[in-house]
Amino acid sequence: MNNAVEVLNLTKTYGDVHALKEISFSVTKGELFGFIGPDGAGKTTLFRILATLILPDGGSALIEENDIVKDYRKIRQLIGYMPGRFSLYQDLSVEENLRFFATIFGTTIEENYDLVKEIYSQIEPFKTRKAGQLSGGMKQKLALSCALIHKPDVLLLDEPTTGVDAVSRQEFWEMLKRLKEQGITIVVSTPYMDEASLCDQVALIQDGAIMQISTPAKVIDSYPLGLYSVSTSDNYQLLLDLKQLPQVCSAFAYGQAAHLSYRKGEMTKEEVKLYLSKKGHQDVTITPIKPTIEDCFMELMQTSGQADK
Amino acid sequence: MSPQHHGTTAPQHHGTLPPDDAIIHVSDLVKKFGSFVANDHLTFDVKRGEIFGFLGANGAGKTTAIRILCGLSYPTSGELLVAGYNVYTQREKIKKNIGYMSQKFSLYDDLTVFENIRFYAAIYGLSKKEIYHRAGNLMKKLELEEARNKLIREIPLGWKQKLAFSVAIIHDPKIVFLDEPTGGVDPITRRQFWDMIYEAARSGITVFVTTHYMDEAEYCDRVCIMVDGRIAALDTPMDLRETFHAKTMNDVFLKLARAKTPEGI
Amino acid sequence: MRRFWGFVVKEFLHIFRDYRTLLILFGIPAVQLILFGFVITNEIKDARFAVLDLSMDETTRQLTEKIVSSGYFQLDRNLHTYDEIDEAFCEGDIRLVVVFEPDFARRLEKEKVAHVQLIGDASDPNSASILVSYASGILNNYLLSMNSEAIPLQIHPETRMMYNQELKGVFMFVPGLMAMLLMLISALMTSLSITREKELGTMELLLASPLKPLQIVLGKVFPYVFLAFIDACIIILLGWSVFGVPIRGSVGLLLFESFLFISMALSLGILISCITNSQQLAMMISLVALMLPTILLSGFIFPIENMPKILQWFCHIMPPKYFITIIKSIMLMGNGLYFIWKETLILFGFTLFFILLSIKKFKIRLTSS
Repeated sequence: MNNAVEVLNLTKTYGDVHALKEISFSVTKGELFGFIGPDGAGKTTLFRILATLILPDGGSALIEENDIVKDYRKIRQLIGYMPGRFSLYQDLSVEENLRFFATIFGTTIEENYDLVKEIYSQIEPFKTRKAGQLSGGMKQKLALSCALIHKPDVLLLDEPTTGVDAVSRQEFWEMLKRLKEQGITIVVSTPYMDEASLCDQVALIQDGAIMQISTPAKVIDSYPLGLYSVSTSDNYQLLLDLKQLPQVCSAFAYGQAAHLSYRKGEMTKEEVKLYLSKKGHQDVTITPIKPTIEDCFMELMQTSGQADK
Repeated sequence: MSPQHHGTTAPQHHGTLPPDDAIIHVSDLVKKFGSFVANDHLTFDVKRGEIFGFLGANGAGKTTAIRILCGLSYPTSGELLVAGYNVYTQREKIKKNIGYMSQKFSLYDDLTVFENIRFYAAIYGLSKKEIYHRAGNLMKKLELEEARNKLIREIPLGWKQKLAFSVAIIHDPKIVFLDEPTGGVDPITRRQFWDMIYEAARSGITVFVTTHYMDEAEYCDRVCIMVDGRIAALDTPMDLRETFHAKTMNDVFLKLARAKTPEGI
Repeated sequence: MRRFWGFVVKEFLHIFRDYRTLLILFGIPAVQLILFGFVITNEIKDARFAVLDLSMDETTRQLTEKIVSSGYFQLDRNLHTYDEIDEAFCEGDIRLVVVFEPDFARRLEKEKVAHVQLIGDASDPNSASILVSYASGILNNYLLSMNSEAIPLQIHPETRMMYNQELKGVFMFVPGLMAMLLMLISALMTSLSITREKELGTMELLLASPLKPLQIVLGKVFPYVFLAFIDACIIILLGWSVFGVPIRGSVGLLLFESFLFISMALSLGILISCITNSQQLAMMISLVALMLPTILLSGFIFPIENMPKILQWFCHIMPPKYFITIIKSIMLMGNGLYFIWKETLILFGFTLFFILLSIKKFKIRLTSS
């Protein structure tokens, strides 16, 4: 089976800023592929290159076997693109926006209504309302409807959930899951690490480079450290003391406990407990916990030496 | 972390007299825009040195409430004291005693690191000597000494946010308001940012923070969840999870928000 | 084609939804013209004038009476020597002096030609030229009524502008205003509407769609061609009805030339929007780089002949200058295309130049910032 997206050594620089450093990945047809990384990691640059809006400095990218530089016309008909910022006409109504995007792609709302029905029907009661007066969640649904109305093969969604509240975010991911079932390939980016588990494949991206590509489960399995939740009577002192230990990779506050990680084999739970007791902590409890994508991301950042000071 | 508050549930004050340790006292706050009620009878106290989380969906009334607390807009009715000052009559005094930082507006992109620090220190009336002293300390602490003369737009986002926070508390305010301070920041910087928040709280500054990251709600001493202009819940994260039989704060939030709004209007 | 019309419909929706755009489109031209009209007709109503009658005969008395009875003028005083003219102006109230030459009636009868001098206070050039033209109109009317005989009588009104002697043109400001307003509407509005899409980020979506750049540009321009053309008609109509600016030449030609000028201004607007990314910058360029030269360097307010050589050079690269010349030529002199083909060609050249440059500059991708 051919890949929907095939990217090889893609590079982009702005002046002396390396926005993308030889990125390679491929997305199989019908997959939900997520780019996870903070602002400034290069996600938007990547999405704009894929949407044929900017040219790369090096490397190649194919979408459904069309080259993003040479065959940009074909690609523009094939993709549905949702930019990071809400980019619809605020002074047009919900329906006028959708109709406009249908027309410029040479189709009509009626023709492809089935595809957008599930999403659009939720905002249809407000179809005469101006897009500018919609709430964040509804704007997002409208933007997704507009990106879908011409029945694209590949959806490119650049940070669709940024700045949207938790409820709308969850709903949005449920919509993506159902679109995937209809065979549409979806490439999505997000700065929220907890959304990674909803993708088939994730690429963890930081400073213009992909640190890891895998399924969310495998990313978590490959976490090389021991991760523990530690709590004592004085949590602030606890953090200071934990950071003194040379074997500790990271120690930070997490709610009313501290999360501690260290390389397996270099230390044991009991040794930590003993150390803390010596330091005068009381009621020390240490329980192993399952790492999250965020823990993996931090670990990868540290081993690749990309952590900010 | 500020352990002195852990495990204590919020004492409920129904009278108009604020409790002794309340740095923010809000009683029956109502704010209307025309017929739209943005804040519907809010009553809560924030204690001195506390990290107070303020959560809610877009349009739940968070921003409106923060603007009122910062003295940027008047409430329609209600009794409010911020740092001991009345929001109706002593707005200038309030502004001197609070710090504010948001993800959207914080530092001037076309000024250098030092110029930004100097500017914010100067508008709070610090003396020249004091400005240089504090700016020096601050840059040392953030390891920004080498970047002293770099333009803000040239330094990484993570540094920017940490600097913005430090600048917001450069005048030793009694309260600092943080409006989604960690949006889009990488996870390590986010942890470091929270370390700074804990440190500020430990030094006695009250922290009032809004966030979209639900796990950050766990870091707060107490969390107030707003739904449709009302306070849907206010408690420590642990007690909230117990009350709502939820594993994470995210679940607590979803349960509350879904119960009140059938469709994310 | 359906895509294109879909685009045009959307543009019209934007325009009709934004009352500010509508206000600029239709409010400003009307207000500007009516304001001008109001000020000027008001001033002409009771303009004080003085007569230096060196002939003192029946004809000159009749002519003076005619001027007074027209309703526009009020006789302030009679002068006796040339030296008193300056004094009369300096005292302030006088706006026009009429000088009849000695033996006026006799010359008219014998030589069929007599001279009258109309002296206007050109420190306020626009109203001075209007007053002078009104006065000469009254004189000519009188003459027509006397012209029953076969041999035509002639009164040569010799006009002299004091204090700003090179002032030319009578209905200068209507063509000037027309050029200015069409420039404003066409260039400013198109450049704003394109940069607005860039600012909102919707340009990103349009570019990522199969729409061709030419479709986007033409779709943007089309509504404004239409609206600016309506505006041109309104201005001509108001000028004609409020000021009595005549349309002596062909109306068709006038509309064609207006259309040409609108196209020129629109392509300039597109060019501006191609090289800028923000509405603010587009507005600055349109106002500073287009409006000011249109007002200052087109001969609209300040006569080009009076300017230093370098500025005159600048004037020659100002498209509005040619348009104003064309309009004046058609409306006031009644000339046909034969007299203005050179200016028309120059406007064509400008239009073509701007369009080609815009197409070259229009990016099918986002700029790299």
